[in-house]
Amino acid sequence: MAQSNVTPIHGGGILPAGTPAPDFTLHVTPDQTLSLSDLRGKPVVLAFYPADWSPVCGDQMALYNEVLPEFQKFGAEVLGVSVDGSWCHAAFAEARHLHFPLLADFEPKGAVAQKYGVYRGKDGITERALFVIDKNGIITWSYVSPIAVNPGADGILDALEALPK
Amino acid sequence: MATLKVPVTPEDHAQGPENAEVTLVEYGDYECPHCGRAYPIVKQVQKHFKKRLRFVFRNFPLSEMHSHAEAAAEVAEFAGSQGKFWEMHDLLFENQARLGDALFAELGERLKLSTPALRQALEQKTFDARVRTDFSGGVRSGVNGTPTFFINGRRHDDSFDYDTLVSAIRAVLDTAKSA
Repeated sequence: MAQSNVTPIHGGGILPAGTPAPDFTLHVTPDQTLSLSDLRGKPVVLAFYPADWSPVCGDQMALYNEVLPEFQKFGAEVLGVSVDGSWCHAAFAEARHLHFPLLADFEPKGAVAQKYGVYRGKDGITERALFVIDKNGIITWSYVSPIAVNPGADGILDALEALPK
Repeated sequence: MATLKVPVTPEDHAQGPENAEVTLVEYGDYECPHCGRAYPIVKQVQKHFKKRLRFVFRNFPLSEMHSHAEAAAEVAEFAGSQGKFWEMHDLLFENQARLGDALFAELGERLKLSTPALRQALEQKTFDARVRTDFSGGVRSGVNGTPTFFINGRRHDDSFDYDTLVSAIRAVLDTAKSA
């Protein structure tokens, strides 16, 4: 786990299932913010990823965009999070026709990722980490993928399926 | 390690013997340039392993990104319903830069498929359900972009260049032999 100058509130490592998801408020567009607590009552998929503009077809965010209808069958909201700024996110979302919000963990940089235990201080980016949060704001599943491996959507769908109806 | 959740069945489009020692499954998108690059490589790999390898192609069109991918997948499935899946699969990849209605009609004619029937299949989205089924199965199996390959049911998380694919398949063959 990368060391950082801010001590994670939970003592290191990705927040495991059963942990209340730390609330946050981040920019979703240059002039709008979104708080996790706004989404209470619905399952939330929180997907941290290293950076916008990775040079592959079907990168992680583009894949979730394609799979969005399958997530929506569970009434789930999908949020992408990286340390890119909201202007960068806006350009990226437009270029890839993304239909879900990208949040900017930009200032203080990576602060939300740190709370979730998925910041790589040495690299200045977040891990490729996934969280499924239930309608009461409790993490029910979390996963860190090797940074170079797009984790796909299967784990998320399994976790959504496992939520009580 | 992601694994294939939907087993290969006779419904699949497959080349090579059913009892081949290794089955290579590709989830692909006819408009994806990486799949276009993988297309001749897979052919070489097939030539290399001959009857020891079965190759299966399943649809994974990234339609938000590639505007012709879904229609191209349906065209291939239509051709498949007329016994010409692989001919169409190959022609679509070989003409990837020209995907679109004009090309679909041209390739249909070239394969002597009925032009009105092809048009009707596209308009009525006759093969949409088949393509969706492939896509959903791929998602549940951990397909994470295109192309995604599975070798005997295990996702191949490495490059798909010829040497890497050949050695990954050979490793599976060797394991099978020593088991």
